Amino acid sequence: MSELQFFAEVLTGGLLSGLLYALVALGFVLIYKASGVFNFAQGAMVFFAALTYVGCLEKLPRWTGLAADSVLLVWLALLLALAAMLLLALAIERLVLRPLVNQPPQTLFMATIGLAYFIEGLAQGVWGANVRGLELGIQDVPMDWVLDHTGMIVSRFDLFAAGVAATLVTGLALFFRHSRVGRALRAVADDHQAALSVGIPLATIWRIVWAIAGFVALVSGLIWGARNGVQFALTYTALKALPVLILGGFESVPGAIVGGLIVGASEKLAEVYIGPWVGGGVESWFPYMLALLFLLIRPEGLFGEKHMDRV
Amino acid sequence: MSLPASSTPEQVRAGGALLDVNNLEVIYDHVILVLKGVSLSVPKGRVVALLGANGAGKSTTLKAISGLLRAERGEVTKGSVEFKGHRVDRLTPGELVRLGAVQVMEGRHCFGHLTIEENLLTGAHTRRDGHAQVQRSLAMVYDYFPRLKDKRGTQAGYSSGGEQQMCAIGRALMANPELLLLDEPSMGLAPQVVDEIFAIVRTLNQRECVSFLLAEQNAMVALRNADFGYVLENGRVVMEGVAAELAANEDVKEFYLGLAAAGRKSYRDIKHYRRRKRWLA
Repeated sequence: MSELQFFAEVLTGGLLSGLLYALVALGFVLIYKASGVFNFAQGAMVFFAALTYVGCLEKLPRWTGLAADSVLLVWLALLLALAAMLLLALAIERLVLRPLVNQPPQTLFMATIGLAYFIEGLAQGVWGANVRGLELGIQDVPMDWVLDHTGMIVSRFDLFAAGVAATLVTGLALFFRHSRVGRALRAVADDHQAALSVGIPLATIWRIVWAIAGFVALVSGLIWGARNGVQFALTYTALKALPVLILGGFESVPGAIVGGLIVGASEKLAEVYIGPWVGGGVESWFPYMLALLFLLIRPEGLFGEKHMDRV
Repeated sequence: MSLPASSTPEQVRAGGALLDVNNLEVIYDHVILVLKGVSLSVPKGRVVALLGANGAGKSTTLKAISGLLRAERGEVTKGSVEFKGHRVDRLTPGELVRLGAVQVMEGRHCFGHLTIEENLLTGAHTRRDGHAQVQRSLAMVYDYFPRLKDKRGTQAGYSSGGEQQMCAIGRALMANPELLLLDEPSMGLAPQVVDEIFAIVRTLNQRECVSFLLAEQNAMVALRNADFGYVLENGRVVMEGVAAELAANEDVKEFYLGLAAAGRKSYRDIKHYRRRKRWLA
C-alpha cells in the first residue's frame, strides 16, 4: 500500500468518526442556542437514552410476550426510548428551566450539572449499572467495494453512522435557518424577554429544543453504544464534544459539523504520524490541545457568533 | 385629531376605553412595593403618555399590563387590568399579544443575531392568518420605516440605535396590534431621530388606528405627541389631564419640563411643594 493511500485511509476513518463527534456536539449546540446555557447534562442524556433503549429491548419480550428476535421489538423499544426522552424534556422544562427564568446563565449551568448527576442516577437506578452490548444490525467490517477499487479499509458501520449523523445535522441546520419555529428558537437564544414580549411562548420553545436534543442524544447513544457498549463511559462522549464546540463555535450547527470533522481527522492523523515520536496515546489529548490553541487565537470558534457590544 | 380641550378624564373614560387599569398594586420579590394603586385608561384610537422621573413606576406599569412582570419576580397584588373589556392580568404575554396588545420594551431589545427582516417576522409569531397576510404587514412596516427596508439583510445588532428602535416598533406592529405599549422610545437617541420616531407614531395612530400608551422621561416630546397624559410619582398617579393642558400646567413645567414661568425657584420651595403635593395625593 502506498504512502498516499495509507494517508487517505486514516483521513477517511478520522472524518467518519468526526461526524459522530459532531452528532454529540449538536445536542449541546441546540440547547446553547435556545437557552444560552452549556448543558452539562447532555452526556448523561446520551447515556440515559441508550440505556433506556437497551433496557426496553431486554424487558419487552417478558412484558409483551413477543419473540426475542422480533423486528417489532426493535421498533417498540425505539419508540419507548423516544417517548422517555420526550418526557424527560418536558420534565426538565417544568422542574428546572421554568423556575429559573431570567436568571444569569451561570445559575442555569449549575442547574444542568445537578441535572447530569440526577439523570445518571435515574438511568442506573431504573435499568441497572451493568455493561450491555447493543446490536444495530450493521457489521463493523470493511466495505468490499471500497476495498476492491481503492485498496482502502473503510468500515461499513462508520459509513452508516456518518450518513445518519450527516442527515440529522443537515436537517436541523435547515430547520433552524428557515422554519418559523427555528426562527423563534434563535430569537429566544438572543433575548428571552424580548421573545416573551412579542408573544413567543418560552415554555413551548424550550420543550421543543430539549426534546430535539433528547432525540439527538438517543441517536448518538445508539451509535456510540453499538460501538463501545452501553455503559457509564457513554457520559464521557460529551467530553469529546467539548473541543468540537470550541473549534466550531458554541452556537453554530455548521460549526459543529466542521469542528467534528477537524477533531476526528486531526486526532487520527496525529496518532499515526506524531504518535511514534512521542510513544503513542496522542489521540486522547490532541483535540484538547487544539481547542486550547483555538481559545487563544479565535475564542468564538470558526463559526461562532461574534460577541456584539454596542457602546 | 386631538381631543376637544374641554373633555375631562371622566368623559374620556365614558367614551369606551380600550385599556383600563384600576388601582394596580405591584410588589417585587414579595417585599418591594413599587406601584401603590395606579389607575389609568387608554381610549380607543388615542395616544396616552405616562410621565415621571426615574423609578416612578412607569416601566413597571407597562410590564404589569403586558404580563412581562412575572418573568422579573414582580407580582400584581391588587387591582385589575382590562383590555377590550376582558380581564387580562392573569394572561401570559403571548395570550395578550394575540388579543392585540404588544409591549415594546425599554432599551429596544432587538434580536441582535437575527437580521432586521427576521426580527420583524418574529413579531408575527402568534399570527395564524397565513403567509400572505404576514407579507402584507411586512410591506406595511417597510412603508412606515423605509430605513428598515434598506437594512433588511443586516444583523440587528449591527444597526444604529434609531434603526433598532424602529425595528422594535416594527416588530411589535407585525402582530397586528390595537394597542402598543412603548417604553422610553426616545432613550439614548438623537433629538432628530426622536422626532422621526414620534412622527411615525402619530401617523400610525391616525392611519392604522393603533392606540399607544407610552412611558417617557422626555415629557416635552411625549406631551407634544399625545392626546392625554398621566404623571406618576413614587408609584402613584399624581396628575392627569389632556396633554395640551398638562403641558401648560405650571407644576408640570416646573418639575418635568424644566421650565419655570417666573425664573428658577429655589430647591427648598420645590421640596416643600412636593411634600405637600404627596399629602394631597
